Amino acid sequence: MAMLEVNNLKTHFKTQDGVVQSVDGVSFSLEPGETLGIVGESGSGKSVTALSIMQLNPKPPVDYPEGEILFEGNDLLKTPESRMQKIRGNDIAMIFQDPMTSLNPVFTVGNQIREAIRIHQNVSKDEAQKRTIQVLRDVGIANPEQRVKEYPHQYSGGMRQRAMIAMGLACNPKILIADEPTTALDVTIQAQILELMVELQEKYGTAIVMITHDLGVVAQLADKVMVMYAGRAVEQGTTEDVFYDPLMPYSWSLLRSIPRLDRAGEVRLLPIKGTPPSLIFLPDGCNFSPRCPFVKDECHEIDPSLDEKKPGHSAACILSVEEIEKQKHKVDQELGVEG
Amino acid sequence: MTEAPNGRTDGGPDLEKGKRSPGEYLLDIRDLKMHFPIKAGILKRTVGHVKAVDGVDLQVREGETLGLVGESGCGKSTLARCILRLLEPTEGEVLFDGEDILKYDRKEMLRVRRNIQIVFQDPYASLNPRMTVGNIVAEPLRTHKIEGDKKRRVQELLEIVGLNPEHYNRYPHEFSGGQRQRIGVARAVALNPRLIICDEPVSALDVSIQAQVVNLLQDLQREFNLTYVFIAHDLSVVKHISDRVAVMYLGKIAEIADRKALYDEPRHPYTNALLSAIPVPDPELERERHRIVLTGDVPSPANPPPGCNFHTRCPRAQEYCKEHVPHLMRQDENGASGEAGTSHRASCFFPVMEGQRIEEPAESTPYRAE
Repeated sequence: MAMLEVNNLKTHFKTQDGVVQSVDGVSFSLEPGETLGIVGESGSGKSVTALSIMQLNPKPPVDYPEGEILFEGNDLLKTPESRMQKIRGNDIAMIFQDPMTSLNPVFTVGNQIREAIRIHQNVSKDEAQKRTIQVLRDVGIANPEQRVKEYPHQYSGGMRQRAMIAMGLACNPKILIADEPTTALDVTIQAQILELMVELQEKYGTAIVMITHDLGVVAQLADKVMVMYAGRAVEQGTTEDVFYDPLMPYSWSLLRSIPRLDRAGEVRLLPIKGTPPSLIFLPDGCNFSPRCPFVKDECHEIDPSLDEKKPGHSAACILSVEEIEKQKHKVDQELGVEG
Repeated sequence: MTEAPNGRTDGGPDLEKGKRSPGEYLLDIRDLKMHFPIKAGILKRTVGHVKAVDGVDLQVREGETLGLVGESGCGKSTLARCILRLLEPTEGEVLFDGEDILKYDRKEMLRVRRNIQIVFQDPYASLNPRMTVGNIVAEPLRTHKIEGDKKRRVQELLEIVGLNPEHYNRYPHEFSGGQRQRIGVARAVALNPRLIICDEPVSALDVSIQAQVVNLLQDLQREFNLTYVFIAHDLSVVKHISDRVAVMYLGKIAEIADRKALYDEPRHPYTNALLSAIPVPDPELERERHRIVLTGDVPSPANPPPGCNFHTRCPRAQEYCKEHVPHLMRQDENGASGEAGTSHRASCFFPVMEGQRIEEPAESTPYRAE
């Protein structure tokens, strides 16, 4: 059995306008030491999926009408809050996007990391302090004995994100959920942070759930990928499968719509027309049908399920593999893209 | 739509055309400096300066796109605002079509602004929520007293940028991010300018929407022979859209070259590091790539390091770099021929030569330094 198994998770928000189906039937699993990349645009449900695993969505308005989140066999959706507090930060830790707003400005960085250690592990104050300094050193903060006494505003953006990672790793969690950990950072700092995460994963064997909209970051880190669109997982497979042979028109369109550093700028970008749908009023049939370049009449009627199209590679599309390959090839030829 | 939406010849004197001579640049920035004073104490005495832009030379030819990249805080947006005189530069010259616009008075400036427009980063903050789209796009026409049927012209503009002309009476909140950015673009092209400064026009947009705006900008350029200064921190977008690219670091140009030369043969160690830091959406390529990870953070522009401002993070830095300030130096072989303003230049004493890796020791003598 996998360490983390999410089965048909549904996270719905009840609002005055109607039910927002932020996550609508998502399933995936995670093994120890593995990295799963979750890709999607804003509003596709990536962050809500992460917050559901952590049980950090406010209840109400959130409701979980269906599904289960099995962590080592226990359903987190049915776990009482008192037990959840022992898991959160200890077994499953999370790194948030914006390190400025997720660190408390009135406590020292050391204080905040020590808190996590003191709560979850039965250690003395001195021992906790020692571990705090050690974990800050692990994430590459120079002079941690001094830095541990400083406040978040005395840290630079990259250092704050390192401190967040230190906090996440302080209790040596089995799963680290990173929600856009480098989006707010500059590329040279992003490279530092990503390298650090890979190093720490090798050292501690942590499983990582990497949530991002940056396809490059996923290509760099992930073993397997889940593409999300309008609250659903629309494609799942190994990183190679999804990047080299996308079988859902949305994933393929995304890869064709971004300018790539490794390709000359001569190829025209292929934009995805329109905008993502409202999560309250989803289109009939396939959610992606109003924007899909390969759309057929049936797409507006049939809501495709996530089916295995090739071994270990599933996509939510009614088109057969042959049809998709043919369409992709046709558009690529028009664009002048090879392969 | 083949005809310019508002012929430059109608309405108002056309001050540029007569003065232009071939080979000149449309925009020529010379040693531009923008130092913001830091004030402290009760007397608000100036105790120092933030050197946001610190001696920038930049030339842009008519019809080309110059990409300007750099990390946050490197001064690229300040530079953009200085070109438009939304900020008053401390020192230097900004020649637009051969004339220093920093010497212009208010009236002359208004006239020249017809030809220089800007598209801002955040389409949520740059459109007045209380104005209808029609009014927003018509505002430049009113400011510059353009004669004619404004409503028809605005609807024409909305159509050019791919919006429904019927939406003339709607408010910005009724549009999505990508559509709002199109409104910003419509406003910028309303006067049929010659130069448009695009300050991170796609950074705030979702990935699937970015391509729509990038393609729109390219189409408009082709149709109306626009010149762009395209500012972004995303080197992939800049590579896609630019003819030439300038890399900024701490208020200075680190390297400038044609797109191909800059991306294929970057000479400045910073450009090398920046390019290697960008993840490419190709898993196999990613695994094989050699990544240069810079240590530390960008120093504060209020207190830039002495000598070369990159030496604190540079993997090739030597003692020499700590004491001497490099200037932009020619990097292409046929250094003597061709225009100086458009050659491959980098401000580094020990540039990364062809086929070299950045960690390889540089030659012991500083490159072309006097």
